[in-house]
Amino acid sequence: MNAQTETTKPQADETEERRINMIEAINEALDIMLERDDDVIVMGEDVGYFGGVFRCTAGLQEKHGKTRVFDTPISECGIIGVAVGMGAYGLRPVPEIQFADYIYPGLDQLISEAARLRYRSATEYIAPMTVRSPFGGGIFGGQTHSQSPESIFTHVAGLKTVIPATPHDAKGLLISCIEDNDPVIFFEPKRIYNGPFSGYYDKPVEPWKKHKDAAVPEGYYKIPLGKARTVTEGEALTVLTYGTMVHVAEAVCREKGVDAEILDLRTLVPLDIEAIEESVKKTGRCLIVHEATRTSGFGAELSALVTERCFYHLEAPVERVTGFDTPYPHSLEWAYFPGPVRIGEALDTILKD
Amino acid sequence: MAEAADTNSKSGDNRPALALHVPEPRSRPGDPVNFNDVDIGEPGAQPRPDESAKPEDMKDLAYGLVRVLGDDDKAHGPWDPKLDPETLRTMLGHMAMVRAFDERMFRGQRQGKTSFYMKCTGEEATSVAASMALASDDMVFPSYRQQGILIARGYPLIEMINQIYSNKGDKLKGRQLPIMYSSREHSFFSISGNLATQTPQAVGWAMASAIKGDSRIAATWVGEGSTAEGDFHSACTFATVYNAPVILNVINNQWAISSFSGFAGSERTTFAARALGYGLAGLRVDGNDALACYAAQRWAANRARANQGPTLIEYFTYRAEGHSTSDDPSGYRSAQEREEWPLGDPVMRLKKHLIAIGEWDEDRQAAMDQRCAEEVKAVTKEAEKNGILGHGLHHPFHTMFEDVFEELPWHLEEQAAQATRERETKWPDKHPKDGAGK
Repeated sequence: MNAQTETTKPQADETEERRINMIEAINEALDIMLERDDDVIVMGEDVGYFGGVFRCTAGLQEKHGKTRVFDTPISECGIIGVAVGMGAYGLRPVPEIQFADYIYPGLDQLISEAARLRYRSATEYIAPMTVRSPFGGGIFGGQTHSQSPESIFTHVAGLKTVIPATPHDAKGLLISCIEDNDPVIFFEPKRIYNGPFSGYYDKPVEPWKKHKDAAVPEGYYKIPLGKARTVTEGEALTVLTYGTMVHVAEAVCREKGVDAEILDLRTLVPLDIEAIEESVKKTGRCLIVHEATRTSGFGAELSALVTERCFYHLEAPVERVTGFDTPYPHSLEWAYFPGPVRIGEALDTILKD
Repeated sequence: MAEAADTNSKSGDNRPALALHVPEPRSRPGDPVNFNDVDIGEPGAQPRPDESAKPEDMKDLAYGLVRVLGDDDKAHGPWDPKLDPETLRTMLGHMAMVRAFDERMFRGQRQGKTSFYMKCTGEEATSVAASMALASDDMVFPSYRQQGILIARGYPLIEMINQIYSNKGDKLKGRQLPIMYSSREHSFFSISGNLATQTPQAVGWAMASAIKGDSRIAATWVGEGSTAEGDFHSACTFATVYNAPVILNVINNQWAISSFSGFAGSERTTFAARALGYGLAGLRVDGNDALACYAAQRWAANRARANQGPTLIEYFTYRAEGHSTSDDPSGYRSAQEREEWPLGDPVMRLKKHLIAIGEWDEDRQAAMDQRCAEEVKAVTKEAEKNGILGHGLHHPFHTMFEDVFEELPWHLEEQAAQATRERETKWPDKHPKDGAGK
């Protein structure tokens, strides 16, 4: 709630009722930034004429022209590499990697180049780029359309990692990322592009149109990086999560009647440590939920930070509910996905005394 | 009628055994050297097509060798850039300075003043002459062996030495390994240790220049060994797809540390010929011929500037010294190679050319060499006042945490405070202000 107040308020009457999905919100953010800043360039595989395999860039080439929004060869190394060069020139590129699972060929350019350029050149050159990429599972995407590789990036000094969980945040955070002078990885949870996902895969999915967080102001607004969002206030425990799992955790807590304080972290680096500390010191208990595999996942960092900084306030061990340490399976998706049963068990364990 | 493929027999059933080919250089330590198989063609023999020529119409230029300076030390043929004597003397002066600088810095490393150095001996023309054919605001994306560009562009020697010594005068704040220079003011991109990463970056910079309707072009330099990296393929593909105003310079100095160029694919084709598969213009040039290096780069620059597209230039040269101060080439190649190299020494060849046209003499050369050596020595002494590696005159501890991001996030603030406390505990009496933060 404190973070919410820092966002620019929508202008009163024009937008209050308008609800859009996350794809539309991302499209609007790109459209607005292409309009506002001549140096913004959108590029990637299939993003130009076709408008992107998820429609996030639909209509942008027609509106802004082929030299501002264009298709690229199928080369993630090339896409990130030329974006670094464009940034050195003074542009503000927004490259898309079609799936986070396919970002690896661009890793050398991201880790060795984009992340370190400001540091190694002592600010002579910077890489003000935002790499957008759909990530996460829950869509029967199998091994290479479901991964959550955020901890690879949070481990790299010089990169920021941002993950929205609502259309409202997707637009405001993406605008902030594009304006930010540091390289940002912007992971879009594709499971919730069209509607929030409760984790109860056998129940019908609610579209964004029915969700309060789909009220997205028209026009320009920003949500600051490094600030968490309080999804629900509560006293029983703190849930630290992001992306799709925000909605899963919220649904499970509601279902079980747990008075949880759910923090949607929104930015993993830089992390809103103040919000985390404040909440955990209040509740004395902490559950961490992410889709990514467990070992050395971002949850390990969160768990360590909470333990280091809130140790004397903790009334139970910090629990993590995560993906298993296996490649993301196809047929066993709902056995793998850290859904309601596992989250429920963890809640019971944390709250038992 | 074609013989049907035998899909039924199993391996071992009467089929010839396969054999893996592992390339081997022509000579190893102790072996005599024979470069007779290296076809260097005749100076002046190569045609000079119009800068708007189609890549497929200039295939021979990707397999032959553009040469200007002959054994008679005269300039020959259509690639003679017809530079005035003053420009030639400036070029020679820069090349002599690069050589003097390399000598001094190599010695500095052996004396323990720095941790590392890399010479470019024998390759001076590929950076000095080539970069002189560009405008001073054309952006260059070099590898680590193009110090000649900085010297040709007038970058102060003291800045180079401060960087090599990682001292308190180092504008990169001691963060980078020696010779990984950066100078935005000289349109010289920050050098990275990761090979070939600069090649798609150069293409991206050139694309940006084209997007903005600018008139500046980009050029990148990469060793022949690094052309095997995926980034180089990406660079060539993006360059051709977007007709980017970029020049891709491949310095084929025959060696990638201990691996001869065969491990980058030179046994069956040239590096310039790779251009053809991408639809790039390809030129193969005598890299020890400063006039040919200049002419090729000027040709490619004109082509790029006229929106006629990118060019890949292979400079055929020889890495006369070890790979770096950490390398001993006597462990993998014949010591005679350098003497037998058929394209000689770039500095000597340009010097002899200037003498041959009556614009230079041995006395002036000797005086120039001495001036270069004295200047480098004087600047070295000046730089040493800022400290040498490991002697304490480094940047404050807090600078280690700056510029990771535009602003210092909380976790780096905390770590910076920790480093400062550690410094005070380890060295309570030294540099009391050092590391106290900003």
